[in-house]
This record gives sequence, C-alpha cells and structure tokens, in this order.
Amino acid sequence: MSTHAHGTQNFDKAKRATIKFSDEIMAQVQEIIKRYPTGKQKSALLPVLHIAQAEFGGWLSPETMDYVASILSIRPIEVYEVATFYTMFHTQPVGKCTFEVCQTSSCWLNGAEDIVRYIEKKLNIKVDETTKDGMFTLKTVECLGSCGTAPMLQCGASFHENLTFEKVDALIEKYRSENRLRSYTDLDYNNTL
Amino acid sequence: MGKKLLLHNDHVPNIHTYEVYRAHGGYASVEKALKTMTPDQVTDEVKKSGLRGRGGAGFPTGLKWSFLAKPEGVPRYLVCNADESEPGTFKDRYLMERHPHALVEGMITSSYALGAHTSYIYIRGEYFYVARILEQAIREAYAAGMLGKNILGTNYSLDLYVQVGGGAYICGEETALLESLEGKRGNPRIKPPFPAVAGLYGCPTVVNNVETIAAVAPIVNMGGEEYAKIGIGKSTGTKLISASGHINKPGVYEIELGVPVEEFIYSEAYCGGIRNGKKMKAVVAGGSSVPILPTELILKTAKGEPRLMTYESLADGGFQTGTMLGSGGFIVMDEDTSVVKNLFTFTRFYHHESCGQCSPCREGTGWMEKVMQKFIDGTANESDIDLLWDIQGKIEGKTICPLGDAAAWPVAAAIRHFKQEFIDIAKQKKFNDVKHYYRLNNLTEA
Repeated sequence: MSTHAHGTQNFDKAKRATIKFSDEIMAQVQEIIKRYPTGKQKSALLPVLHIAQAEFGGWLSPETMDYVASILSIRPIEVYEVATFYTMFHTQPVGKCTFEVCQTSSCWLNGAEDIVRYIEKKLNIKVDETTKDGMFTLKTVECLGSCGTAPMLQCGASFHENLTFEKVDALIEKYRSENRLRSYTDLDYNNTL
Repeated sequence: MGKKLLLHNDHVPNIHTYEVYRAHGGYASVEKALKTMTPDQVTDEVKKSGLRGRGGAGFPTGLKWSFLAKPEGVPRYLVCNADESEPGTFKDRYLMERHPHALVEGMITSSYALGAHTSYIYIRGEYFYVARILEQAIREAYAAGMLGKNILGTNYSLDLYVQVGGGAYICGEETALLESLEGKRGNPRIKPPFPAVAGLYGCPTVVNNVETIAAVAPIVNMGGEEYAKIGIGKSTGTKLISASGHINKPGVYEIELGVPVEEFIYSEAYCGGIRNGKKMKAVVAGGSSVPILPTELILKTAKGEPRLMTYESLADGGFQTGTMLGSGGFIVMDEDTSVVKNLFTFTRFYHHESCGQCSPCREGTGWMEKVMQKFIDGTANESDIDLLWDIQGKIEGKTICPLGDAAAWPVAAAIRHFKQEFIDIAKQKKFNDVKHYYRLNNLTEA
C-alpha cells in the first residue's frame, strides 16, 4: 500500500493513539507471549496479528502493524513482511463480513463457481469487491479442508458447508440483520462436521 | 469393515470431552508409557509398528524419531503439523474436531518418547475454531493432571500449546512451519541441517503430522508388533482417507491399509459409488500433488493386478502408470468432468501458494497457470501442451522444498493420461465449461 512508502513516522498521530488493546485483550496477549522461551516473543506475531485484526476494524492498517511491532519489541518491517505473506491478514479495509469461497478442485467439482456467480449477482459486486454499505466483501480462496462438504465458504470463524443458493440467501439475510464484524477469532463459530 | 484405531469411538456422544474420552480407554498410552516404559522403549515400539508419516511423504516415523539429536542442556521440541492444506485432504480436521483428546494423548506420549518438555500444535489459521476445540481439550488435560508438572505423579513434565497460522499452504512443509512458528514468513529452509539437529529456535525438533501422532497411542497400547500385523507389507496399520468429489458418500474413512481401491470407491461401507449413476472418469488418490489416474489405471495396475490402498500398490508402475497414497486426499471425478479444468484449479492453487523463494517455482507456477487459462479461454494452441510439459520439467527437482514437485506432477500426469482433452480444446478453439452446481442438482440456470 502506498502509505508504506513514506515510512512509519508520517502516520497520523491521532489515528495511532486510538490503536490500543484493552486491558483484557492485553492480558490475553501477554499469556500468548508466555508460551515461548524468553527472547522468542516474536513467535507470538501471527496469533497477535489475528487478535489485532479482529480488534481494529477487520484489517491491519500500518498503524495497527506498528502497534503490534511495539508490543513484541520487533521492527515494523518484521510485521509488514508477515502480514503481506499470509492470506488471512487483510492489509486493505474489508467489509464487516468477508465471504471466502473455496474454489479448489473438490469445491469446483461441486459447483463453487456457480456459488461465486450467485453471490456476485446477489450482492451486486465482483470478487475482491465490497458492497457499498461496507457490509460484505467477496473473495475466492484456496482449499480450506472442507472437500467432503463442498461447496463451502468461510466467514469469520465459521465454515458454511454443503452450500446451496438457498443457504447463501439465508446467510446474507442473517448477517445483514446482525450487522457486526465477523472475525476468525470469534467464539460463536458454527461447523457441520 | 476393518479394524479402527483412531475413529473407533466416532459414534460415542461427547467423545470430545475429557471425561467421556477417558471413560472409553483414553490416555491409557500415557499411563503405560510414563509409568512402565523408558522413552527409548516407546520409540522402539513405534519403530516396530512400521508407522509411516501420514501427512503425505510416508517416511518411517520411528526412524525420524531416532535421528533426533540429544545434546546435553539443549531443549528438544515436538511440533505437530496440523497445517492440513493439501487440496482434497480434511482428515486431520475431522480427527481434531471430533477427537481432540486423541491428538493431545498422542502428543503427550510422543513428547515423552522424544524428551520434549514444551510441544506445539501448529494448526492452519483457517481452522481457528478447531484450535479453540483443541485448547479446550488441553485445558481439560491440564486439570486432570495429564499435562503440566509431574504428570501422573512421575518426574515427567510437559507444556502443550496451540499455535494458529495465517493461511499459507507452504507452512505444511516442516521447515516453513518452523519459520512460521518463529513468527516469520513461511519460507522453507535449506536442508541440511535437518530439524532433527537444528529445528525450532535452532534446537533439535521433530515435526509430525496429526494422524501420525494420534497413531502413537494405539501403537503403545497394543505394542508395535501387533500394530504391524494390520495392513500389507510395509503399509502397516490404519489410514484416514478423505473422500470427496462425485461420490455418493463423501467423508473421512479409517481403512486398514490394503483395501482394494475398487471396494473403497464402490462399497457402501465407504464411498458408495458415483453420484447420479454416472461413470467414473478419473481419481486423484492422495491429494492434489499426486498424479491423476484414469479409471482403468486406478482400479488395476498396468500389469492387470487389482490396485490396493497401500503406499506400494498405488505407486506401482511409477509415475508412468501409478500414483501415490500421499495424504489420503481421495478426489473422484465423474464422466462429465473436465480434467483440463480440474488441472487449472490445481495450477492456480500452486501459483497462489508458492512462497516465491525459488525462481523455478515462483515463475513456473505462474506461467503454468497462465497457459492453463488459455485452455479455459479456448485460445490455446497445440504447442501450448508442449510448453506446459517443458515448464513442469523445469520446476521438478529444482527447488528448495517439494512444493515445486507438487506443482509439476499434476500437470505432467494430466498431459500423460488425458492429452486428447488438451488437443481437442486447442483444435476446436473452444472450451465447453460444465456448470457443476446446476448439473449435480438438476437445475437450469435462471
């Protein structure tokens, strides 16, 4: 993203001040750091990025990444290079609900492409776009280990499997009415295994 | 039905709780190992069992354990590879989600054998909710005295943690996994040194797949020799197979190694045959990386012998006419399936998942996807088949980690066995796409 090119010092100070974990979350983070030997706190980076993404709007802004770097006493670049490597970290804003539709072999064999087209039509967006109200983002992803219950999509912590057009309709309606951010770290997951 | 060692309690309600798991014989291997066996005796039983890595490579587990360096005063680690990402594979998820204590038990017994006092389960980030289930099981195990200090009153202590990844297939490669666990990008390391000598934080480390570690519990309970009696030849014990695609009963099946492939596909005990009364066209038997085989070669070897679900039988004939058991990700395609389009999803997958470290893989996977896109668009020429063949040959064996091979093999196999499909598209300048959702549900598009 373009802001990277300017280095960290140019970020809006006021914006950065709002990026701070609550005491409760900070206690969780400290517990995670204790899992690793002394001096190996960088190991906490991926788990803490997941928490940060959930806490600060569903994506990792440069300010958020700098904050995580400061907590783990590592350089900001060490956070940027990780955040941009792994697909679950969003370095651009996304909607409150990101539909990640699996498109690899078994899901494709069971009609994942038709599911994607159906969602595109229904939400009036294309893959990698967000609805105007900021509610839904549509993405396609690679195998999520749901091949026996294909086609499927992930939204936050939940796997929605054996998808049909009717299930997609119901899901969109439910999420729209609940109107909240869905994160991988959510505790209210549902699964069908 | 054959013997079941991992999913034998699959029907028991609340088997995911410590109480129920324990009441059904759970944690017996921890008691037996910690109270009556030395760590080396546990390793010996694993060696005798003939257990081979269940993640895909099939390397003998006992041998891998015996390579672990044991310098004085240096911690050793056991890391469980729960980064299940090979397309077509969902067995580890099934085991962890429904039987989390089976993995926790295997981790304790295996950590004891290896002399590890801190162990990690590295699970793919998308399985975040499965990590929650494992963490709950671990809390229960701590409360019951199966984890923590002086387990069951012995001198052995162990801490066990779950680490979530961030979404990267490459982290299933063991050195990439260790990099990721250290909080870095998942770039595989150059070997040697192997993890057994310099792994996590530069310390001796064993990395084993979920199913491999879970299998250690029954091996310790029944003894390695008894375990080795199950199966055929060097394919000992049971294996979880993830069955998907155009079959009547997709799901995870625990089989005794040696079940005939034909029985596995058509028997009601397993896949239950092909959906909608269709004929079978092809099978990817061990996850996306292994060569696809047409019906005649998956059911019978080139010599005409029935193909069995074993490491050896599936590999019979090499890559010319055989394939691999791999991860046990068994994808079945019916007669209306385009092998070309299926291959396109694989090439897109490997391009997306290449870590970008080695040029042949970084550039080659992207190139293969682009050429495959031409077939899907109906703009490919016959010379593009030769181009694909050329590219895959320039990736295979030329990269730091096996992702390069994994990307090359499916391309080579699709061309080897289904070349006419590629030629037809190139000649007709047209690709007839099938809308599988509409087709499988007998719908017409609105």
